[in-house]
Amino acid sequence: MKPASFKYYAPESLEEALVLKAQYGDEARILAGGQSLIPAMNFRIMQPTVLLDLNLLAELSYTSSKDSAVLHIGAMTRLSEVEDDPLIADRVALLHESLPYIAHPQIRNRGTVGGNIAHADPAAELPVIALATDSRFRVQSTNGSRWINSDDFFRGYFETAIEPNEILVELEVPFHVTNTGWAFLEVSRRSGDYAMAGIAVLITLDRDYICRQARLVYLNLSDAPLEAKQSADMLVGETLSDELIEQVANKASEEEIMPMESLHATVNYQRHLACILTKRALELAYGRAKET
Amino acid sequence: MSDNHLIKVAINGQEYTSSVEARMLLSDFIRLELGLTGTHVGCEHGVCGACTVILNGRSVRSCLMFAVQAHRQHITTVEGMATEATDLHPLQEAFREAHGLQCGFCTPGILMSLIPFLDDNPRPSEEEIRAAISGNLCRCTGYQNIVTAVKLYVERNS
Ligand SMILES: Cc1cc2nc3c(=O)[nH]c(=O)nc-3n(C[C@H](O)[C@H](O)[C@H](O)COP(=O)(O)OP(=O)(O)OC[C@H]3O[C@@H](n4cnc5c(N)ncnc54)[C@H](O)[C@@H]3O)c2cc1C
Ligand code: FES
Ligand code: FES
Repeated sequence: MKPASFKYYAPESLEEALVLKAQYGDEARILAGGQSLIPAMNFRIMQPTVLLDLNLLAELSYTSSKDSAVLHIGAMTRLSEVEDDPLIADRVALLHESLPYIAHPQIRNRGTVGGNIAHADPAAELPVIALATDSRFRVQSTNGSRWINSDDFFRGYFETAIEPNEILVELEVPFHVTNTGWAFLEVSRRSGDYAMAGIAVLITLDRDYICRQARLVYLNLSDAPLEAKQSADMLVGETLSDELIEQVANKASEEEIMPMESLHATVNYQRHLACILTKRALELAYGRAKET
Repeated sequence: MSDNHLIKVAINGQEYTSSVEARMLLSDFIRLELGLTGTHVGCEHGVCGACTVILNGRSVRSCLMFAVQAHRQHITTVEGMATEATDLHPLQEAFREAHGLQCGFCTPGILMSLIPFLDDNPRPSEEEIRAAISGNLCRCTGYQNIVTAVKLYVERNS
């Protein structure tokens, strides 16, 4: 058999899962969709001794909006459920737009929102979207629960602020405010592959089309999702002319991103991609902001 | 230290009860324990799609699930498509006619991806068909005749 042996638990309540997590700590891996964990186990890159399977926890699978400003998504909600959710398509269009880029339909049927976030791959889409939308994460342990902001959450390659006794239970995503334009773009070698570079943009305009707020977050151009704050600040208070877009794209791609050379793309090529994607994404988001 | 679990799983409408080690992949369970070798195994890390089966109505990779997780679930494999062992499902018929396969290694996975897709979307565009099979690698056909086969099936069904 490919994976090394492990002890398997399938708790039937979150409470039971938290007790097991407290008991085993780092030794126990959470098994969510398994779409990243099981490949790593099949290669024996990972050999966890205990697996806590959360798939029986229907209580962690939901999308709900109790107020008009934010949406809550349970950690075990499947990526395909988010993709098909009409409220998300309507009110968090950036999230909706990014989903088809995540792997393949069969993998989205199994992969979960919590797993995609907790795995913290710098090339994964949801961490980038979470940072761009200023989302928060709720983690829970037997001691209670706490919220972590997305800019404190991602700590580098596959590293997050989740403690060994904690489980990620929920994501809180703000709805887009009015006059907001969005764009998610990436370049990968084949459809469904992890991208060589990607970008999420959100811009909010005043009535006279002046940029009031802007966020630019890059995918796979650092060891974690990277927010280009200085470049985004250049947009605030301005109308988006071609010259300004060009300057912002140059600044972000030359100075703010920190690409790591990989098998598929040199650093120069990634900077080139970042520059082009920034221009395209800003144009697209600006156009959409004017229409909404 | 093997960790065994008793599972009950319905595959192609038949109930199976078995004791499995926790680390046994669903793909290995289906092939080695049940002898249903229509489910193929290529990469065993989620890339090729050859091992795709239908779990509770949705296509999933059987190499990225443990058999123990299939406890009390419903699974369809390519063997469950046609009503009789000697028959072909109309989609399989269309694949044969349109030359939608050559060596056939990828075919079970492609069929298992297409069945739920066509249930949800009986009149797909070519672009939608291509997106639906984008997670299935075929080294022979160049995909063109697979798309033609799906179109033929759709045409006959409408
Ligand atoms: C061929 C292929 C292509 C892919 N391409 C992409 C892609 O382009 N973009 C992309 O973003 N992803 C891609 N993925 C990964 C896929 O999206 C994964 O499903 C996802 O990253 C992890 O989600 P999961 O639910 O499967 O998590 P799992 O694999 O179950 O878990 C991943 C990690 O997170 C931990 N974890 C999971 N849930 C929790 C929780 N609630 N609390 C604490 N820790 C938790 C696990 O312990 C594990 O360490 C690809 C996967 C494959 C196989
Ligand atoms: S064998 Fe499962 S995807 Fe390749
Ligand atoms: S027919 Fe040979 S791999 Fe597809």
